[in-house]
Amino acid sequence: MMKKLSFTNYDTEEFFDELITEKGTPRQGAERLIERINSLSDDELLLRQREIEAALLRMGITFTVYGDEAGTEKIFPFDLIPRIVQASDWQHVEAGLKQRISALNKFLNDIYHDQEIVKAGIIPREMLEKAKSFRPQCIGLDPPGGVWCHITGTDLVRHSDGAIYVLEDNLRCPSGVSYVLQNRLVMKRSFPHVFADSGVRPVVNYSTKLLETMLSVAPPDVDDPTVVVLTPGIYNSAYYEHSFLAQQMGVELVQGDDLVVEDDRVFMLTTDGLEQVDVIYRRIDDDFMDPECFRKDSMLGVPGLMRAYRKGNVTLCNAPGTGVADDKVIYAYVPEMIRYYLEEEPILPNVPTYVCQREEDRKYVLSHLDELVVKAANEAGGYGMLIGPHSTKEEQQTFARLIEEDPRNYIAQPTLALSRVPTIVDDHFEGRHVDLRPYVLCGKSIWVLPGGLTRVALKKGSLVVNSSQGGGSKDTWVIANNPTDAVDFESTI
Amino acid sequence: MLSRVASSIYWMARYIERAENLARFVDVAINVSLDHTTAQQWEPLVQATGDEEVFLDKYQAYTSENVRQFLTFDTEYASSILSCLTAARENARTVREAISSESWETLNDYYLFLTQAAKRPISAANSDLYTEIKKQSHLFSGIFDSTMTRDKGWYFANIGRFLERADKTSRILDVKYFTLLPHISDIGTTVDDLLWSAVLRSVSGFEMFRKRYHTLTIERIIDFLVLDSRFPRSIAYCLRTAAGSLSKVGGPENPADNTAHLLADALLKKLTNATDRTIIDGGFHEFIDSLQVDLNDLDAAIGETYFAKRVQKSRRMQMQTQTQSLG
Repeated sequence: MMKKLSFTNYDTEEFFDELITEKGTPRQGAERLIERINSLSDDELLLRQREIEAALLRMGITFTVYGDEAGTEKIFPFDLIPRIVQASDWQHVEAGLKQRISALNKFLNDIYHDQEIVKAGIIPREMLEKAKSFRPQCIGLDPPGGVWCHITGTDLVRHSDGAIYVLEDNLRCPSGVSYVLQNRLVMKRSFPHVFADSGVRPVVNYSTKLLETMLSVAPPDVDDPTVVVLTPGIYNSAYYEHSFLAQQMGVELVQGDDLVVEDDRVFMLTTDGLEQVDVIYRRIDDDFMDPECFRKDSMLGVPGLMRAYRKGNVTLCNAPGTGVADDKVIYAYVPEMIRYYLEEEPILPNVPTYVCQREEDRKYVLSHLDELVVKAANEAGGYGMLIGPHSTKEEQQTFARLIEEDPRNYIAQPTLALSRVPTIVDDHFEGRHVDLRPYVLCGKSIWVLPGGLTRVALKKGSLVVNSSQGGGSKDTWVIANNPTDAVDFESTI
Repeated sequence: MLSRVASSIYWMARYIERAENLARFVDVAINVSLDHTTAQQWEPLVQATGDEEVFLDKYQAYTSENVRQFLTFDTEYASSILSCLTAARENARTVREAISSESWETLNDYYLFLTQAAKRPISAANSDLYTEIKKQSHLFSGIFDSTMTRDKGWYFANIGRFLERADKTSRILDVKYFTLLPHISDIGTTVDDLLWSAVLRSVSGFEMFRKRYHTLTIERIIDFLVLDSRFPRSIAYCLRTAAGSLSKVGGPENPADNTAHLLADALLKKLTNATDRTIIDGGFHEFIDSLQVDLNDLDAAIGETYFAKRVQKSRRMQMQTQTQSLG
């Protein structure tokens, strides 16, 4: 029988493909994988794909579909064919992310203290203060070790020019790292030998590094700090991840009403009474964290938490107020921040960004709506977005009106031709667009997980990779430069 | 251990045990109805749950299929096997980080199996299904017991499991005593072998009973299912095990403040002092009734002593609105 799941007729078209060159040969690092796929029959490959899906369902690695009273749970669609990141690309990405996080952390500390960057005229004051997630309540705060953004999940994309760009920094509650770890686990069962032969770098020590990061930023006078993960609860889409991370770190997973604040200290309610908490990895938005300080109607938060934080009796990860850096207008200034705080040139470029508040940019955007991607400054998840080339005239008119009404709230970027990875579509491979979210931990030092979440837009031609809009994920294989980096201690557990 | 976590683990275990016991009752009814087509098997089963009104609101008659549907798959009935298992899994989901992955996966598998079974017509719900439910429940218990450290989490689960089992053994005995023994003069005679052996089978006790005694009498059955100190489904055994676990979970510093411990001790003493004769003389039904009141009080005392907090449902919307920017 003819093998349909092969790369013989695979067409990369005009896109950069992460596995196959335009000549149809495997990219460096992908040789063993392609060889293995070619050696398996279609039935076997599809069987492995189905087995992985069944395993994910059985493990309950699901997200909750909102607006469904029955609380339907779905698995995050998974595609068997991994994305490969070559060693040289990774070195570049890693250096670029460390630089970027270092600058962003300095930026956060600066804007909540002396605002030197505003005084120096680099970022206009109105741009900063009109960011919805700028928190005046955080002015003057000094988080332990000066660390604000402990956990970041930066979204990267590769354009058809082959260059890797930063699309978004996610400094609030970046999610998805549990999928990185579980995708790896199920893939190792499917392709055990290819991992060792290809020199894939392990990701399993993420939770150890996360715990180390938390411990390193505990209030200074605590001997044996108690760390907890604070979740909004089981109806949150990322609940699985919260419980997974707590379990992997061996710490308690708490909800807001498990905690109380007394004498400006945070305690959890246990079967033996109160027990003090020192570090909180919170997966609740600033707004909901403390009804005394932020939204009064929050039922998820802990009254008095910010008092305890201000007194230095508890560390919050990420620090409140970091969300300001997720504002897409602030994003546009990150290259300037790197130059200003580090006196270096950015290693990873931003996607060129038009800030509609600037008159010149706005004129350009309004006359090129059919080519650009327009994004609301404060939205996430692929909402509040216009993809010019895929939009109708009416949609463009709607956005033109929105931009003129509130220019501060919009930016625009050229439509990128995101790179693609071969993906199983029915019984054959087709290229599908992907992005990449590596995870960066910042404590005493900055560490980048050698891997990340590759999200894939499963719809043909689609550029939207968000899970809420038909996206799925793939395992991400960062190839080791040096074989010892890929020491496979994952297989020993 | 967090109070909320302790409570969820306790309820997880209770619901799993509850589902298993229901499966046992239904399975025995199926078997008896095959041997004894005239016997009224199905109505007493609903009586054992105490939810006759809920049943009659929705179903016309106590037919085999109606009762099986009601007790097995009816998601509108909060104590059906499927509802219990859904509740067990929901509790487990909130404490996934506190139980072993193996336990969670087994429970999740069990739940997925049952949701699949629920899609088939009720006529397919035969003895094989209930045997499988029992097996899944035993699998969970075995995996839970062999992968969990004996710390508070395991002890709270064990308390939940054995209190639930004590309650269910007492209920089935009460209903059967009432329906199978309408005349007080039957006491002391050899009773209907078939129907009483069915009661013993429903708690997997028939063979164990036979090893100990030979012929069936009411006194011996009461002795075996209520007071036996070695049979793992007898009420006394269950209570002793639950009390043992309760003594391991700490609690208020002053023992006099620990109402859960005090109630458990009193209940144990009551059983230790009882004999089959004193139970029958005082009225078996009255004995079981007061036992069930004691069990409910003990459950409430455990709640107050260890879990004194509740998750509110209205928080659900806010949970969903939290940005977890995977988008």
